[in-house]
Amino acid sequence: MSAMKKSSDPFWWTLFGAGGAMTAMLVPMLLFLIGVATPLGWIEGPSYASVSQVMLHPLTKIAAFFLISLSLFHWAHRFRFTLYDGLQLKHLFQLIAVICYGAAVAGSLVAASVIW
Amino acid sequence: MDSSSEYSLHHPKWHRDRTPIFWWVKRWVYICFIGREMTSVAVAYCAVLLTMVYRALQSGPEAYAALMSLMSHPAIIVLHVFALLAVLYHSITWFNLSPKAMVFRFGRWRVPDLMISGGNYAAWLLISGGIAWAYATG
Repeated sequence: MSAMKKSSDPFWWTLFGAGGAMTAMLVPMLLFLIGVATPLGWIEGPSYASVSQVMLHPLTKIAAFFLISLSLFHWAHRFRFTLYDGLQLKHLFQLIAVICYGAAVAGSLVAASVIW
Repeated sequence: MDSSSEYSLHHPKWHRDRTPIFWWVKRWVYICFIGREMTSVAVAYCAVLLTMVYRALQSGPEAYAALMSLMSHPAIIVLHVFALLAVLYHSITWFNLSPKAMVFRFGRWRVPDLMISGGNYAAWLLISGGIAWAYATG
């Protein structure tokens, strides 16, 4: 079964897994603070000066890029198989894979250009 | 299968009844499964949001203030509450499944599942606490 040996699934699965783990650890608290607690006035958000000092630090930028990019690859992998299984679109196998991973690559490039 | 035969994903000769698109609403576990997979949309949204925060930060204080006031719009807050529920569901299902993906052995002793998922939850609490502390103290 030569086609099975050449499968690139382990590569995509590794990105999916890394993104899943990183987002599971970081994203809920970040979203709670920025998207819910601060707008509702439960906590006072930090000033522009201190946010930019932390977020524009070279190390934070690298971490943020990995978080964004791996999040997108995590989405691409899960969404791809949800379309196959959930919506019964197995006949569009390649098209869906190209669109999903392509969107993740494009999003990562946009994120890199915005961050740096 | 001999090595000369082509691997075919979908055998053309077999008859298959078409599965309805909403096959998964019939059982609760299937709904949970599709729900878990769809949390990835919220994860991707958060990546977009973080990119927007960076764009605002790079553009200056006015752009950052404009983004923060947009985030205070009631519809956006409601959206973020739903996104938060989704990413929480993602985290919980992820940590609960972590023993299936991470197997540690010391000699013959295998680290029990509960310790691995427990370790993940402990790390989650520590990291979340650290983020909240850093955010609140500015």
